[in-house]
This record gives sequence, structure tokens and C-alpha cells, in this order.
Amino acid sequence: MDILREDTITAIATPFGTGGTGKIRISGPDAFKIGDQIFKSIQKEKKLSNQKTYTAHYGFIYDGEKDKKIDEVVAILMRKPHSFTGENVLEIDCHGGMTPLKAVLDLVLAEGARLAEPGEFSQRAFLNGRIDLAQAEAIIEIINSKTEKSLDIAVDQLSGKLSEQIGEIRETAVEVLAHLEAAIDYPEDEIEDFSPSQLEDKFNYIKDEIEKLLKSSKQGKIYKEGLKTVIVGKPNVGKSSLLNYFLEEKRAIVTDVPGTTRDVIEEFVNLKGIPLKIIDTAGIRETSDQVEKIGVERTRASAEKADLVLFMLDVNQGITEEDRKIYQLIKNKPLLVIVNKTDLPANIEKKKIEADFSEHSLIWISLLEEEGLEELRENILKEILDEEISGDDAVIITKTRHKNALNKALKAVERVIVSRETNMPYDFLTIDLKDCLNALGEITGETAADDIIDRIFNDFCLGK
Amino acid sequence: MDFKKYPKEYDVIVIGAGHAGCEASLAPARMGYKTLTLTVSLDHVAFMPCNPSLGGPGKSHMVREIDALGGEMARNMDETMIQIRMLNTSKGPAVHGLRGQSDKDEYHKRMKQVLEQEDNLDLKQQIAEEIIVEDGVVKGVVTKTGVFFPGKKVILTTGTFLKGRIIIGEAKFNAGPNQQYPANKLSDSLKDLGISLRRFKTGTPPRVSKKSMDFSKMEPQPGEEGLSFSYKSEPLKGEQVMCYLTYTTEETHRIINDNKMRTPLFSGVIEGVGPRYCPSIEDKVVRFPDKGRHQLFIEPEGLGTDEYYVSGLSTSLPYDVQIEMARTIPGLEEVEIMRPGYAIEYDCVDPEELKLDLELKKIKGLYTAGQINGSSGYEEAAGQGLVAGINAALSLEEREPLILKRSEAYIGVLIDDLVTKGTPEPYRIMTSRAEYRLLLRQDNADQRLTPIGREIGLVSDSRYEHYRQKVEGVKKALKYLRDKDNKVNPTQEVRDKLEELESGNLSKPVTLEALLRRPEISYTDLKYFADDLPEVNKDVIEQVEVQVKYKGYIDRQQAQVEQFRKMEEKKIPEDLDYNQLENLRLEAREKLNKIKPISIGQASRISGVSPADISALMIYLEQYNRSKKDDNDES
Repeated sequence: MDILREDTITAIATPFGTGGTGKIRISGPDAFKIGDQIFKSIQKEKKLSNQKTYTAHYGFIYDGEKDKKIDEVVAILMRKPHSFTGENVLEIDCHGGMTPLKAVLDLVLAEGARLAEPGEFSQRAFLNGRIDLAQAEAIIEIINSKTEKSLDIAVDQLSGKLSEQIGEIRETAVEVLAHLEAAIDYPEDEIEDFSPSQLEDKFNYIKDEIEKLLKSSKQGKIYKEGLKTVIVGKPNVGKSSLLNYFLEEKRAIVTDVPGTTRDVIEEFVNLKGIPLKIIDTAGIRETSDQVEKIGVERTRASAEKADLVLFMLDVNQGITEEDRKIYQLIKNKPLLVIVNKTDLPANIEKKKIEADFSEHSLIWISLLEEEGLEELRENILKEILDEEISGDDAVIITKTRHKNALNKALKAVERVIVSRETNMPYDFLTIDLKDCLNALGEITGETAADDIIDRIFNDFCLGK
Repeated sequence: MDFKKYPKEYDVIVIGAGHAGCEASLAPARMGYKTLTLTVSLDHVAFMPCNPSLGGPGKSHMVREIDALGGEMARNMDETMIQIRMLNTSKGPAVHGLRGQSDKDEYHKRMKQVLEQEDNLDLKQQIAEEIIVEDGVVKGVVTKTGVFFPGKKVILTTGTFLKGRIIIGEAKFNAGPNQQYPANKLSDSLKDLGISLRRFKTGTPPRVSKKSMDFSKMEPQPGEEGLSFSYKSEPLKGEQVMCYLTYTTEETHRIINDNKMRTPLFSGVIEGVGPRYCPSIEDKVVRFPDKGRHQLFIEPEGLGTDEYYVSGLSTSLPYDVQIEMARTIPGLEEVEIMRPGYAIEYDCVDPEELKLDLELKKIKGLYTAGQINGSSGYEEAAGQGLVAGINAALSLEEREPLILKRSEAYIGVLIDDLVTKGTPEPYRIMTSRAEYRLLLRQDNADQRLTPIGREIGLVSDSRYEHYRQKVEGVKKALKYLRDKDNKVNPTQEVRDKLEELESGNLSKPVTLEALLRRPEISYTDLKYFADDLPEVNKDVIEQVEVQVKYKGYIDRQQAQVEQFRKMEEKKIPEDLDYNQLENLRLEAREKLNKIKPISIGQASRISGVSPADISALMIYLEQYNRSKKDDNDES
């Protein structure tokens, strides 16, 4: 039960993707220690842990492993009990954008902080006497509703492939652990020992599988880079208007001369907590115009790399040869068909479009009248997450948590491998193997202890 | 009813004088309280009705913990044992476990005399039949002779006596262990007091005659020099007895399979739940049909007898089948069974009815310890007996009860598991049950617990001094090893010596501690590199080596303990009515109301209580504490 630990928690304290700057909050006994690990002041010798409360410090967040500057930041330091939570708190104001913010969070997590549960900062604040009694009930409600929701979602997600794969990894870990524990608790019984190479194989299997999961994890990529979303469609179909709608400001040039959006524009938008990296492209059109041609090539290339393609049609123009050509380029990608300009007279029957694109979700919108846009958002999420989403960020939390747990499991099994290589006795292998199993259990909701004892007596004939 | 009141009033009355009962009696007596111990048979004080041995991983840890707290088991074993070994030496310091063969008769005799000679303790052969309770508070005990013994606290350590019933094949009869007189009425008395009882089962193998065996067909299992259970005992001296290893055969398994319908296990005669931890041979053969043979250890029951215990052959097969089966075992072809193996069923208390101090929630002053709480094993019994005895005494002085933490002692793990989670089967301690196994080593039980035993008043001056010297020795040695002035320089002489020790080279000066961290370097090796290395005894050397070599792992577990410490210390008021807490789920409310955890830490271990429940509970407690503070401020 993580919530019981007197440890250090962290989270992005500003909403995903929006706003010019973002804030990472770190609260708990190791807040400043973690700060020292990742923050480099412009004054070289300055250490956060030596600074006074309520002070702000200018510097850089630095990834030591990759030897790379992540972001230029201001770190604000609050010593206990003079903070919102009543604990040591470090707030890092980052320059902005999802990518650096997420990278900083990853670093903080890697230094040993734990991702905060929903409402956990408030809970700590209350338990440390920082907030009012009247707010207590509200906190309980947040905790109850969010935890239950994320639990439900976790269970849903676990019906799929992820749970199957984690189940297989767990199975190997449980098997080895039960074996080691049986040998430890029943030294006089006949338990066939694993050979060092068998152990090595099992541990490497666990490590490899976790690494595979981490690599292939869609969520992991989404959070690091944003979900790459490409808007395609013939010129003047409304691509830039759609982007602008997402951005809620006009950044790309909009004219009614086809082909005016020459450069590929990348923007991060926050869609109910999911960072979308939207790529607006020039229309795909065979052309002799050199500039335009490059634009088309770029579009092809970006559609190639996209996680999701938003394919736009113009209901006023009907389906043209150009539309069909573009469709041929992208039809094998995850695709949403967006039929724009429903405010204008339709030149094609709705049924005809539905029949032509029956494999895909169709959304009818009018960007001018701002109609059908909420449905569009819902459908994008549905397409990404393959499930119905209610309007909050529970999904995000659970998914970041998964990745986090997998990273923890990976580190633990790496320690097991080192212990084995240095011929440490069995007991030391079990310590980290249990940590690994518990980390995987954070995803599946299973605990190691009872499993192991049951397994010991199922697998081995023990006792006298 | 009309009872004769015994003229003396006792502070503590202990019912039963087995391994739990003896510790439960000695502790309050030694703390200065008038204690009475009642037993069905004075000839069976500290009797070992099953295996003639103590120890093994987890169990030997508890024996040392009992010793460190001021209990008697370890010393009694050291005085009377006839063989000792250290198990698991290759698997890490935390799981080393002593196994000692005891002389059953001598073990009983010495412990009986220890009880007899204790000033504040009266030992009597009386069959307890009724617990007298008034207004939810215990008042004393009535025995079969019609005498009422008044007592302020009563501790039940009835083992397998409550409605004990022995089963050997088709033969069944009411009896306690080893066919002693069972306690039928006491069981009814508990039921009348509203305590819910359950039925558990355990078993024991046959005892066989030495002259009917051929040891030349078995593998000898010798003892080892230089070991003892108690921190203060001298290692076992002189010649040790031999144990032997043999195996069941295919023929043994055929006979068992042919006759399994005659065992209570398969005929359905037994209602009690048996332990997975010590299965009967018929259980093992049926559950693991692919296993071609099962190990059997042939262990002497003592120097003054030719009876041997056939460890691994626990059975409730009919007597005739036991003989047929035993004679298929190499070395036992002509064996004579002196006592058949048997299964025994008994009543026990649901441990969820207990508080962590082992007092029953429903009846003030009534404690239970040992098998009656659903555990199995002498060591588990003794550990609980000691805690119950100490707590009965502490409550007489209105002192805080002794509740050992899971991070502090296996005894703490055992009691916390029983009381917080209950147990569906007889509970055996295992090192894998302890989440902080590396901290709960058998080499440091004294460092963990002797200060606590001293505080309670059970640790004598000389034992405390012994402990203190060890701690000082460790401190001194570690300080020396860490001292930068004692760094080892990479001279040619040092390099040669390291090569001789098959250790890697040295490129720059290092502390002695860094050198000791190398797996191949021992503390005594360090004398080659430091002329004035502190001379310390082997207990200190062991401590220093473990603390240096495994520091990284130990520090990590210590840090985990620290993280949860605050939750273990967040106390929940005893009178909290969870039904009032609407934010808890119904299942959690019911469970919490039943267990009544003392701390948030304990609450979090109850099955059916989720993290969200715990969060809600914590916030409720904070509200409760603040409103209470406000009340106090006003008044």
C-alpha cells in the first residue's frame, strides 16, 4: 500500500499541454535531495538542500545519464512545515511544452520519487494540519472516486494483452521465487536446485520481457513524444481551421487559396489529458510547383510516421478524385474520417460517404459553426485508447503508473542479475526479485506474499 | 455451583504446561507476580509430543528471540540437547537456522524443575474445567476437583487438549496428545463465554525401536561443533548422537495407495483442517504421485530410551498398515513400531478474536497462546506464551503491552499474522512470511530484543552485561574499520597478501571496511593489514562481517521500515465504531469492526481493506484527533 509510505511524491501540477509554463511539484523527505540530483544552478556550487525556505533558484534541469540539458527552470523551495503539504516541497517551473515537462517528471521519478495518487498532495496537507477540517470530506471523495475509477480502468486495461504479458513475466518470477523460498525455508527437503545458468536465463527472460513491454508501450511513447496526429486532406478542406480549433488560437495562415500552408506545423494540444502532437500539412496534391511538391512529400512522410491520421473531407465538394488519392496513401493507418462544412449544402449523400468509408469512424463537423467538435474529441480518444472515456484524467494516471511500475520492476530485476553475477546467497536474490514482483503487482493489483506461500506448497512436497 | 475457594489468590493462572504454558508461567513469576500453573499431568511438563527437536529456519530465529527477551526455551534446549547443526549456511546470513535434537525426557525434567524452583510459581496437577468470568472480566478457574482458584489474569495454553480426539485408521478415541486425558469441559466453558471455536488437525509419525533397525542401510547425519541456541550458553560439548536418513520406496507408496480409503483423510472421518506444513505421508504420496521417494529422518528420542522418531512418516493409517508400510523402508525391514503414528483433532480459538497482546477482545484478563490460537510448533507456542505471560503481568501494573513489530521480531510477524489475518490452517512460521527478513537475523536477536526484555524486567544483570559487551565490541570494531587513519595502502606487501587470499588488486588506499566488503576477505584476514585490529569474539566478528558485507541491502530494508514506521505509530482508538464511517466500503467496515486494529499499519494488512479505505480512515482519524484537541482546549 504505497499511500502508507512516508515517501516522496511528485506530479505535474499544471494541466497537461496547455499554458506557456508547467510546474512539477515534489513533496516529501527526499524532495531537496532529488532536487540536488537533477538541478544545476547557474552558480556552480549552489545546492538546493542548503537553501532557505521560500527561495527561488534559477538554473537547469540536467539529465546526468544522457549528459543533456532538459530545460531552463526556476526551482522554488519550501521547507517543512511551511508548505502546502506541510512537508519539504520543491516546485520546478519549467519552460513549457509537454516534452520537457514530461522529461523532468521522468527524471524526478527515476531519482526515487513516486507518482502521487489522486488527491494525495491534499491528503498530506490535511494530515499535516495544513488545511481545514471542512475540506476533509471533499478529499475523501476525490480519493474514493478517483481511486475507484482508476481501479475500474486498470481492470479494463488488464483484460487485454498487457495483462497477459505481465502475467507471463509474473509467472516466471513467482516460479523462481517460490523455488528459492522453498529451498530457504525447507533446507532439509529435497528441492532440485536451479543451476546458475538456469537462474541467469530466468532473470534475463524477465528483464527482456519487461524491456520489450516498455519499448512497445504505446503510452510510454505518447507521453514522451505526444501522440503523433496528422491532419490530411485536400487543400482548403479545413485542416488549419481544425488545428486552430485545437489550439484555440490562429497560428497557421488560413486563406482560401489552396496550398498556402506550406510548412508542416507541429503543435502540442491537450485532449482530455492526452498530449496530441498535431502535424498540419500542406495538401497532398500532384504539382509542378517546387515548393508545393516538397509539401506533398512532407505530408507523405509525416503520415507514414503518424500514430493517428485525421482525414478531412468537404461535404460541400463531395468526394473528389483527389480525396480518393489521398485516402490510398493513408488507408492503412489508424484513421478518423472527418466530414467538414456541414453548415454548407451537401453535394453528396451521407449514406454514400458512410458506405465508402465503412471501416472507419465518421464524424460530421462544422468548424465554422463549431458543431460536432465534442464528438470529434471523444472519437479521437476512443481511437487511441480503444475504449470509452469519461471526462477526466484517470486514464492518464493509470497509464503513467504502469510505465513507472515497469521501470521499477526493471531496475529490481537488474539488481537481481547483479547479485547473481556476484554470487550473492539466495536470500539476496529474493529481496530484489520480490521488489520486482511487487512492482508488477502494482499494475495487476496482486501482492506477492500470499502467492508465494501458496505456490511453495503447490509446487513442492515439503514438511515432515 | 458450590466450589471450594482456594485460599490463595493468584495474579496469573496458566492452564497448560506445554511450551507455551511454561513461558507464560515463568515470565510473570519472574516479574514478581504470584503465578499458578495447572496441568493435566505433571509428568508431561514441556513435553514434546511430536518431533524430538527444535529449530529450522524461522523457528530457530524465534527460539533466539525468546532467549533475548528473557524466556527459557533456548537455555532449556542447550542444557538437554544431544545434537545440533546449522542449516542453510550457503543461503545468506538471515536464513541460517539452528536445528537441535533434544533429549525429550531431559528436556521435560529440566523445564519442570525450573518451574518448580521459581519462587513465585506454584505448579499443580489439576484439570481445569471452567473459566469464571464476571461482567466481562476473568475471575479465576474451576478444576475437576471442584476447587475454585481465584486469579486476576488467566492464560490458556491448552495445545491440542480441547476436545482432543485421536484417529488411527478406523480407531478413534477421545484423548489429548500421546493419549493423555483430554479437556472436554473447558472447551464447552469457552463456548459458553461466547468464544467461537474451530476444529484443527495435526499428526505425528510412529516411534520405532532401535534394535529393530539396520542403520548401515541409511545415511548418517552427524551434528556440528561450536553451536548453541542461547546467546549465553557455551556451545554443546562432547559426543553428539547420530541421526539417519532413509527413504520411502515404490512399495511403500503402493501400500499407502491400496489402503488410503482406510485413512480418515479419505474416508472423511476428520473434520479438522490440517496444515500444509507437515503433511502426512499418505497426503504426500497422493498429492505428489510423481515423486518416487520421500525422505525420512530417523531421530533418537533421547539418551535414556531406544525409541526413535521417524520424521517424515506422519500418518493416521491403521496400525496394521503402518507396520506393513514401515517395513518397506531400507533399514526398517524388520522394524518394530513401539507407538503408532496418529492424527489428532482439537478445538482452537479463531485468532481474529484476539488483540495483539493476545488478550481476548471479549473477556478482559483472559489470554490465549500457542496451538489454541491456531498455530503449530513448539517454537511458535513458546513465543506466544512468553508474550501472553509478559502482557498479563504488564497489565497488572497497567503498563503498555508488549507488541513486537514485524520489523522487530518473528514473534511479531507470527502474532500480527494470526490476529490480523486469521489462519485457515495450523500456522507455521516461515522466513518468507517476514517482509524484513534481512533485519530479523538469528545472529542479532539479542541486539533487537534484549533491551526490550531488560525494560520489561526479564533480563538479568549478567545477561544484560553480556549483551552490552557484544554491542560495544561491534561498535568499537566498526569504528576502527571505518577510521581513515587505518587505511590500507597498496604496498607490495599488501598486494602479495591479497593475491595469496585470492582477492583483487589494490590501486589506491582503501579503508579496512572497504576491504572487508570483498566476499573473500574475512575479519580475521584483516589482521594482515592492520596490526592493532581489535581482538573480538566470534559473535562480534559475525555481526561486523554481516553489517559490512551486506550493508547496501540492510540499509534498503531499514529505509523501508522507516517509511512505514509512521503508519505503525498512528494509533486508532479502541472504541472506534467503524459503522459510523460511511466513506468505508461495507466489507471494510465489517472487517475493521471485527479485527479492531490498533494502528493504521495493522489496518492496512487486513484483507478486504483497500488503500482508499485506509485513506478515508486516516482522514477520519485526523478529524477525530482535532476535534478531541478542541474539546480539551475548551475544558
